[in-house]
Parts: sequence; C-alpha cells; structure tokens
Amino acid sequence: MLVVLAGVAGWPLVRTVFFSFTDATLATLDGFQGVGLDNYLWLMRDPVWWRAVWNTLVFTVVSVGIETALGLGIALILNAHLPGRGLLRAAVLIPWAIPTVVSAQMWGWMFHDLYGVVNAILMGLGLIAEPRAWTADPDLALPVVIAVDVWKSTPFMALLILAALQMLPRDLYEAARVDGVHPVKVFFRITLPLIRPALMVAVLFRTLDALRVFDLMYVLTGNSRSTMSMSVYARQYLIDFQDIGYGSAAATMLVLVLAAATVLAVTLGRVRVDAGR
Amino acid sequence: MARRCALLLAGVLTAFSALPAAGATVTLACSGLGISFDLCRDGAQEWARRSGNEVRFVSPPKGASEQLALYQQLLAAGSPDIDVFQIDVVWPGILGNYFIDLKDRAGPDIVRRHLPAMIEAATVKGRLVAMPWFADAGVLYARKDLLEAHERPVPQTWEELQDTAALIQRAERAAGRDRMWGYVWQGRAYEGLTVNALEWVASRNGGTIVDPDGAITIDNPRAAEALAMARGWVGSISPPGVLNYMEEEARGVFQSGNAVFMRNWPYAWTLVNAADSAVGGKVAVVPLPKGGPDGRHTSTLGGQLLAVSKFSAHADEAADLALHLTGVVEQKRRAIHGASNPTIPALYEDAEVVAANPFFAALADSIANAVNRPAQATGMRYNQVSAEFYANVHEVLTGRRDAKAMLPDLTEALVRISRGGRW
Repeated sequence: MLVVLAGVAGWPLVRTVFFSFTDATLATLDGFQGVGLDNYLWLMRDPVWWRAVWNTLVFTVVSVGIETALGLGIALILNAHLPGRGLLRAAVLIPWAIPTVVSAQMWGWMFHDLYGVVNAILMGLGLIAEPRAWTADPDLALPVVIAVDVWKSTPFMALLILAALQMLPRDLYEAARVDGVHPVKVFFRITLPLIRPALMVAVLFRTLDALRVFDLMYVLTGNSRSTMSMSVYARQYLIDFQDIGYGSAAATMLVLVLAAATVLAVTLGRVRVDAGR
Repeated sequence: MARRCALLLAGVLTAFSALPAAGATVTLACSGLGISFDLCRDGAQEWARRSGNEVRFVSPPKGASEQLALYQQLLAAGSPDIDVFQIDVVWPGILGNYFIDLKDRAGPDIVRRHLPAMIEAATVKGRLVAMPWFADAGVLYARKDLLEAHERPVPQTWEELQDTAALIQRAERAAGRDRMWGYVWQGRAYEGLTVNALEWVASRNGGTIVDPDGAITIDNPRAAEALAMARGWVGSISPPGVLNYMEEEARGVFQSGNAVFMRNWPYAWTLVNAADSAVGGKVAVVPLPKGGPDGRHTSTLGGQLLAVSKFSAHADEAADLALHLTGVVEQKRRAIHGASNPTIPALYEDAEVVAANPFFAALADSIANAVNRPAQATGMRYNQVSAEFYANVHEVLTGRRDAKAMLPDLTEALVRISRGGRW
C-alpha cells in the first residue's frame, strides 16, 4: 500500500518540489542547473502571483460561504416530508453530475455579450439597459465565475448535509415539540450542533477543491488576470512559457497553501477526519 | 507546363545539395483542417511522386500552445519521429536550436524571392531555421456602401477612422439601425490583442515593444498615445464586449451588417462575401490606417513556416520537401486553389493568382509593410513577453489603468522576465 502511494503520489510531488529549485525548461529537462531559492524569490516579487492568490482566496471564501448557506437550506427542505422527495433529490444532483468543463462552456455561451441568453432575459425584464460583457468586464468576471461554481457545487453540499440530517434521532425533536420550543431555537440548539462535524467535513472538502480551482477560470476567461487562480498561473508557466522550474515553484506554493488551509481547518474546527461521529 | 517548371526549379534547388537518394520516408507535420490540410497533402504527394520518396503525415493537436508544447518535448528528447515541422512565425526563437540551417540549401536566389520580414522572422542568430510557407497580415475591412452613402473616403489615419466610424454609427442609428457599431477588432486578453496593439503602436512609429537588439522600447510617448486612443474606442465606436472578442466574434458582428469597419486577417474575405453573408459584395479590403499624418501603414506579420528537424534521419530529403512546398510553383498552386497568401511578393502580380483572388492586390501592400512581433529578440521568452503585454494593454482598455502610467510598470515586468535584460 505504501509503495503504491509513494509511486502515484509521492514521486510526482517530490519531482515537482525538486524542479522548483532548478532552472529547468521543457527544452532542458535533462540539462538544468540548481538555482536554490531563486524561483521562489522571483515568485514572491511578482504582483501577478499575489493577484492570483487573492483571486483564489476571494473565490474560495465567497463561493464556499454561499454554497454552505444554500446547501443547508436545500438540505432542510429535502429533509422535510414533501411529496416527490426522491425525484427532487435526483434533480438537485444534475449540476454536480455534469463535468465542470462542459458546464463552464455552457455558461460561457449563456453569458455571451451578443447572443447570450442571460443578457436577453435581463434586458427583457428591464433590469439592464444594454447588453453587458459579462466575461470581458473585470468587475463582473470573478462574480460570474463564482456564480457558476455555486450553481455547480451547492448540490454536493446539500447532499452531504442531508445525509447528516437523516441520521438525527427523532425523539429529540419529539421532546422539543412537547416542551413547545420554538422551531428556530430547535434548529440552533439541536440540529446545528448535531450536524456540525459533518458540516465541517463538507466545508473542508469544498475549501480544498476551491483553492485548486482551474477549469472554471480557464474555460470562461482563459488566462485573464482578473480571474486567474493559482492553478491557472502555474499552468501558464509550465505549458505556455515552458518554464518548468518556475512553474513548479508556483505549484509547490499552491500545495503549501492547501496544506496550511487543511491544518488550520482541522485544528480550529476540530474536524475529525478519521470518523463520522 | 507547371510540371516542367517544377522540374526546372527542382534542378535549381538540388544543385545546392546532392540529389536525394530515392526511397526515403519523410514524416511531415502540417496543422490545419479541411482545405489547408488538403493543400498540404497534395503538395507533399506531388513531391513524393516526383522524387520517388514517400511522405507520411502526422496531425498535431489543434491548439497552438498544445502544439508548441508537444514539439518542444519531441525535439528536446531528440526524437527523429517528425522530419518536417510546420511552425508559427513566432516560434523560430523558441525552437530554432533543433532545426537545421537551410540558408545554403536554399541558396541566395531563393531566399531573395521571399518577403524580407518573413526571412527575418525565420532567421535566428544568422541561421535560417525555417522557410516561409504562407503569410498573414492584418487588414481593414470597410463597408463600401456605407462610405459611399455618407460620402466619406477610405480612412488613411486612425483619427480619420475614428471620425468616420462615429459619424456613420450616429447616422445609421438615427435611421433606426440601433445595433450599428463603428469598429470591431480583437480585444480579448490573448495573442490576438498583442497583434492588434502592436499595429496601433507601430503605425505611430512607436516601435515593436522590444527592439531587435533586445532593448525594451515600449515606454515611449507614441505608444502611450496609441493605447490611449484605442481606449477611447471601447464603448464609443466599439462595443464594450470587444474586450472578449477574438477573430470570429468580430467577424460575426461585421458579417451580420452591424459594423462599419473591422480589423481582421485575410481569411475573412471569402466568408464575408459568402452567400449567407448580409454584407456580400459591399466590402472593400484596404491597408490598416497610419497613426497620424507622419505615421505609416503597417500591420502585424503572421503566417507559417516549414522547418527541418536536426534529428531527422533523412535531412536531405526532408529539406528538399520543405523547399519544394515553399517554392514558387507550390505557393502559386496554393494561392489559386486555397487562397493561401504567398510569401513571394512576385506572386501578388501573377495574372492567374490575381484572377483567382482579386483582393490580393489590396493585400500586397499590407503584407509588404508588415512588422514582426519581437519574437527574435526575446527568443525562449516570447510567449511570456506577449502575455505580459496583452494583459497590461487589456487593463488600459478596460479603463483600469492609464496608458502613460502602465508603460513604466510593463517595462519593469519585461525587465523581470528577461532577468534583467539578458533575454
């Protein structure tokens, strides 16, 4: 087991970290020299990198925040005894089932400034006076990317939270009802504390996913700096500029940020990764 | 007749290298789909028949950056799998070390026939690492009918274009065509924006970002003027969405009759005059405007070259194939059958070529006056330079930065990319 892990995860990671201390390019994969911390120093001095870090953090905090709130709401609705609940549950999952590249391209067409259906609807409703260039306008591009991610990932949150809700013991609610406790109080005093561990695991999963986001930005806005995430930045250096050393440094930094986020979440949120409850 | 010509030409070509031994298999990577692949295949098979060799075709990936990454890895590994590569005009600086020098194989007479700018683009440190195959240059598409109706001449300067576009846009909208725009171009943050912005700057004699010696020249008043002017177009004569347009989006607006002027490559000519076009027969192709009265008509040179790998097991045959495909006979055939733009200026005056492509006469000037992107001087780092340039220009066009204030920062970024001017 350890050998397999070392082969599929350890080796590529070690190689990436190793390359980040060299001046390797795609053309000199066997004729490179060590440059110490040079790549990292240039990286730290690059305002574009810091902007990518900022974009990634904004994207992560906002999208995960909205997804958690919406997911919780949807889970509570699905948990109620509605007619056609099974059908609803399946329908909610559709956005999560579509590959991101496909849904991003789909939304890209819907947001098109000339033939996009979003402009057509908003103009029909009289909300905007003239077509907006959703993906070209730097003020709108990141919100658009976040909106697409919310559409796609909320079902995932809803489903994890729903699973936790369905494990809750019924008798607690019976007792609360007999004592005449207000439903809002019931939610905050009983439901939320009980589903907290599952909720934290879901939030952690989404956060790690959001921090390494790549496909959404790449499909919707290409290499545009107004939405560039850390992964897009690393890919641009590795592939477009063939700068393996520098690109590996960026990729290594991304791994460090992910590791830091995980450690923070596990210690602060006391998330138990090893067991459900 | 053409065959006799080809034989004669072959005689000239092979005088400089021993006649290739018959029976080698040469592998050729020519990109493109549909007609462009057919043109490549027919030309190569003609060579195979004539020389008694065989040609194998490989299809590279469609996207330019994927193609480049693949070629880099193949060549870095010393792979002899592909003998002849079709490469973009901005790649010789990146891949040149892996290609053989074709200067002596072609000979000075052949080299002299081609556009000087194309030969310059294919020359790295004195070595001719590729042969020019076809050219591309930005041109201005104008609505003849609208210019006539509003009694305006074809604009000679950007200032004139701005005035004419604004005037016609106003008049047309007043007449009820409220989706009319004055000017569409390529403003998305990608290589095409580098191409467009270089045209604005170079037409004002503002240089080409980095000069051939590697000095960073972009921070000058003329460049600032050019970019500030273009910033003024967005939202006035150009739709705000132009900042996410590539070639096809611009063509969509122009071809549906919603723009007076369009900047595009020659490929759009056939399409805007097609049966389903709203503007068929109403379009003129003219050189891009000058930047002010003391500016010049110029455009950014695009196009493709053929290069021979130095790992090729049949370098002689491969070079012979490359020279055949880029030779005058083959370029003429490609121009007549596929409207491909020759890199040999004499062909723009050839009666048969002009008869097949009447608009070539308008192109000849644009192609002859085209400038190169700074791919020579910046070598391996060209893609990075271009990305830095278009990202910063995009910031100016969206109104987030002032052109004058941006240029010093861009210069600093280019110094950082060149690791202190040492490209």
